[in-house]
Amino acid sequence: MKGFESVIGLEIHAQLLTRSKLFCGCGTGFGAEPNTQVCPVCLGLPGALPVLNRRAVELAVLVGEALHAHTNTSSVFARKNYFYPDLPKNYQISQFDRPLCSGGHLYVSDGGKRRRVRVTRVHLEEDAGKSVHLDDAGGRRTLVDFNRCGVPLIEIVTEPELRSPSEAHALLKALKQILEYTGASSGNMEEGGLRCDVNVSLRRVGERALGSKTEIKNLNSFRNVERALEYEIERQAGLLAGGTAVLNETLMWDAGRDRAVSMRSKEEAHDYRYFPEPDLLRLELKGDWIDDVKSRLPELPEARESRFVESLGLPPYDAAVLCGRRALADYFEEVARLTGEPKSASNWIMTEVLRTAKEGATDEFPVTAANLADLLTLVRSGRISGKMAKDVFARMAGTGETADDAVSRMGLRQVTDVREMRTIVDAVLSENPKSVADYARGKKKLFGFLMGRIMEKTAGQASPTLAESVLRERLEGVREGDANT
Amino acid sequence: MSVTRSDVEHAARLCRLEFSPDELETLRGELGRILEYVEKLRELDVTEVEPTLYGLAGSTPLREDVPGEDTLAREDALAGAPDEENGHFKVPGVL
Repeated sequence: MKGFESVIGLEIHAQLLTRSKLFCGCGTGFGAEPNTQVCPVCLGLPGALPVLNRRAVELAVLVGEALHAHTNTSSVFARKNYFYPDLPKNYQISQFDRPLCSGGHLYVSDGGKRRRVRVTRVHLEEDAGKSVHLDDAGGRRTLVDFNRCGVPLIEIVTEPELRSPSEAHALLKALKQILEYTGASSGNMEEGGLRCDVNVSLRRVGERALGSKTEIKNLNSFRNVERALEYEIERQAGLLAGGTAVLNETLMWDAGRDRAVSMRSKEEAHDYRYFPEPDLLRLELKGDWIDDVKSRLPELPEARESRFVESLGLPPYDAAVLCGRRALADYFEEVARLTGEPKSASNWIMTEVLRTAKEGATDEFPVTAANLADLLTLVRSGRISGKMAKDVFARMAGTGETADDAVSRMGLRQVTDVREMRTIVDAVLSENPKSVADYARGKKKLFGFLMGRIMEKTAGQASPTLAESVLRERLEGVREGDANT
Repeated sequence: MSVTRSDVEHAARLCRLEFSPDELETLRGELGRILEYVEKLRELDVTEVEPTLYGLAGSTPLREDVPGEDTLAREDALAGAPDEENGHFKVPGVL
């Protein structure tokens, strides 16, 4: 690796969250019985004609705009020809030399450094079916389910300007966030909602020209992308150091064995003979239609994060965690709005809520925003202490009760009445005459001991500030008015 | 512009087509004549002309994102399959 630098480009496919497929009305639901969401169009039956889904175009443009790309008012669909059993037409309808969106960029933060990475293009295409390869008593065979065939995808291609596996990881993370914020895609890699192919080559430090590259496919997690790149960079460096040329080829990542295996010679596999799709016309978009889609862009993760820091006063770390998912940021903003206290809302969400929320849940929170806001309001009004609130929260998370209901079911209330507190303190003092006498002789440390007795007697329900001021009043004869806080 | 026999074989392989040696030779000649014609067309300066991609003008029609009624029952979808197993299309192993 010494003396070389890696040059990495990504090709990302994301399934768009439409209800129907890209060119036909078949449903797109995940997990349906095999071959129950298929029709003559997506099965490639003779005579069937594709009709483009408006929503898919909108979502693709939304992502393009979020990536600061230019939406082309005229783009063209093309046939990409190849034979594989999961592609019944023997061509995929994609876009080639006139994509929907061109140029763009996003920001990638890796190791404390923030860098702008250019996006080459964003285009629309259809997904292929899913094949299962079997080799058992039934023989060697491939079984195909076409439910996924024709589901809309966007392909996002970056310029080859990423410099390390961890930067590639960071880019995917940032992109996934944008996809989730725009509502265009789930960005879920494990379920196949987001897939990534990588291109990687090495060149001598200081050299401008790119070396021969390899492409690695079948990367189905952020971790695998990083591992595959590390593996491949190491492998190419070994070849180059030994004076052997790197072959321009396509590799398949085998996560089980942690290595990349050659798939096919690139020369033949990449002879796709693209030509304009004759079953569709040019896609022409009017400027005001594009502006309308653009106006529906939500506040994006980066902007939201800096607003949380600058306007709401959150620490940058908290803002980054809260903005990690749109649903979480929305939840926080709702609690902050209802309580008027962004900092305590953030503290609670960063600790209790995230700890209790099930790992991986995307939009479910253990306690609704409104109920959490009520709980925080009870704490602020002094009705319950911050310590009690944690127990109340745990109960609310389990039962779904409102804060008020949980507090009364648990028999909790904070003693905030001065006269009631005096009765309690007097009782504690008369039960501990020796401590009172020692305190009077100067053992001031006993103040804490007596506070503890008060808390014990009230089962933690005494307002600490009130208990303290009443105890001082009784021991020192100091009266602090009738402050009941 | 001449077309070699291996050009024709390559194109045939990409299209999954099989030809006899005689057919290959015939195609070589025919494809060569088509390319010669294209060479002739290239004499024209068309740098300022938008390529004609379609015979029709206008934008491709769009449909609303509503699941439709054309989805087939599974047995109908599989009716044309070469073979089936477990609700899947079954084909010779490709891996």
